[in-house]
Amino acid sequence: MELFDNLGLGLETAVRLDNLLYCFLGVLLGTAVGVLPGIGPTATIGLLLPITFGLEPVSALIMLAGIYYGAQYGGSTTAILINLPGESSAAVTAIDGHEMAKKGRAGPALAAAAIGSFFAGTVATIVIVLFGPPLAGVALTFGSAEFFSLVVLGLIASITLARGSTIKALAMIVLGLLFGTVGQDIYTGTPRFTFGVRELFDGVNFVSVAVGMFGIAEILRNLEDEKTRKLVTKTITDLWPSREDFRRMTAPILRGTVLGSALGILPGAGHVLASFGAYALEKRVSKHPEEFGHGAIEAVASPESANNAAAQTSFIPLLTLGLPANPVMALMLAGLAIHGISAGPSVIDREPELFWGLIVSMWIGNLFLVLLNLPLIGIWVRMLTIPYRMLYPAIIAFAAIGTYSLAFSAWDVFAIAFFGLLGYGLIKLGCEPAPLLLGFVLGPLLEDHLRRALIISRGDPSIFISRPISAVLLAFAVGAIVIAVLPAIRQKREVVFKEEV
Amino acid sequence: MPQVRRALNDIMAGAIFVAIGVAFATGSLAYDVGSPLRMGPGYVPLVLGGILVTLGLLVIVKGFIAGTGEPIGEVDWRAVILITAALLFFGVTINGLGVVGALLGSTLLAAFARSATSIREAVIIAVGLTVLSVVIFIVALQLRLPLAGSWIPL
Repeated sequence: MELFDNLGLGLETAVRLDNLLYCFLGVLLGTAVGVLPGIGPTATIGLLLPITFGLEPVSALIMLAGIYYGAQYGGSTTAILINLPGESSAAVTAIDGHEMAKKGRAGPALAAAAIGSFFAGTVATIVIVLFGPPLAGVALTFGSAEFFSLVVLGLIASITLARGSTIKALAMIVLGLLFGTVGQDIYTGTPRFTFGVRELFDGVNFVSVAVGMFGIAEILRNLEDEKTRKLVTKTITDLWPSREDFRRMTAPILRGTVLGSALGILPGAGHVLASFGAYALEKRVSKHPEEFGHGAIEAVASPESANNAAAQTSFIPLLTLGLPANPVMALMLAGLAIHGISAGPSVIDREPELFWGLIVSMWIGNLFLVLLNLPLIGIWVRMLTIPYRMLYPAIIAFAAIGTYSLAFSAWDVFAIAFFGLLGYGLIKLGCEPAPLLLGFVLGPLLEDHLRRALIISRGDPSIFISRPISAVLLAFAVGAIVIAVLPAIRQKREVVFKEEV
Repeated sequence: MPQVRRALNDIMAGAIFVAIGVAFATGSLAYDVGSPLRMGPGYVPLVLGGILVTLGLLVIVKGFIAGTGEPIGEVDWRAVILITAALLFFGVTINGLGVVGALLGSTLLAAFARSATSIREAVIIAVGLTVLSVVIFIVALQLRLPLAGSWIPL
């Protein structure tokens, strides 16, 4: 069967000694940085991205993916132990996970997260194998009109789940699109908004944008109110969950995995919705919902499984459509571009080794995570005790030197400062940074396809609605805006967030 | 007056959007705008700038009518200025001073961004981080960055 041939090719690539090593290194580094409080997966990947540039594309991508799950898992460790989720999807884990830790059950909570993540990762890998190639086949028939509409849908979808005002989120997307136009125009070569600075001809460096908006802005917010972090560590004695724990977490892990795999494919903040959704679902079906919020192991196992499954399946739109579903995937897309690979439906055919190698390595990465995290938990706990006064200057130093080393351009470092300030200001004014980053990365793609489609149609904009697939995609985008704006649904959404954060 | 303070958050965000939108839109007029059939380099930025101004105005209007959101809260200006300065210092001096000098200066500035950090502590953090970064980036990752730059005669 072709599928097994492909998986065989992937396995061959993934178990090459150097790739195994990069996968392991990625998972290790990702977890280490992800465990550090105050750095979420996006900033982690932004900071560690430069390390992968010297590698060949497959190895670089395998390592990046490893960093991603590592960071994700590290984030839940922080959430459980010090109630400081690195990103929104870990916020759910923090609720009951930290309660468990306070009761001296940090070990089982961490184990539940690790086991749930591993199981979910395995299933999600199979989902990618099954659904990736057919989806890419559909996407191969896409023309510029379809791709334009697809990007529009992806951008709009990213706001429906962002917290806060819909108009602000829309404005953040457009702001990102505008920053994306800086640099040479693809058709005429005219430098736009570069103020004569040669370093800006290739556009603003996306690493600067990501590190500024997610890393520096976060530091500024953390310095504002240095909360006293209560570390719960002394109580980690028994790591392994009891038989009762296992009995209670089996079904939640299964439910979380299914929910997460499905939601991850959707563009937008799928993994956030997945963990919130899994929590709500478990609370509803549980025989003892009164335990939720006070350390129920189901409330850790299910959202963590959902979160990890979604994190994995969100690679599907990236690899098959070239459409990042979240800021982390946007960074991956940009990372691929640096290696000269334009993600999209042709990747499977043109770079089968890369595609299948990455998929198999995802599973191996998840295996490493379990093997690594349970025994190494003591080291992670010790990393948690690094005081913030040492940590944030380190983040700044690494951000500066790492970003500078990409192109040896001081402007890239200045851009970090600019986007850090802008991000900090906008976050304080209630605007989320994620839509901006997506807009920034997708901006050039959007403009390219828009212009190409209109050249094909001789300037007639009806091409976007006269072609059926494009029309359906745009209809979904309009639907997504309606859902986001509609007051009844909006209120419900806010209730979900308020109740469970 | 909590009502006014709440709305302020929207109004300021909207003002930022309008300002940046206007800047991009007027800037794009300097380039060839073209027509939908043959879009010039200025076309897309002009349209996007226009959309951003519209959205910004909507946010402002909403701020005046329905003022939602949370209060803005205090801004730690010391942190804002020193963190920015740390990054700018690195960018300006990396060629002239080299990695060691640029890192020492920027980590020192960054360490002082937190008011509770003492001078002694800040110096220890700066030196420690500089050594650590050199070990990671120059020794381990073999980045070709000069340890000492052109301003330092060796």
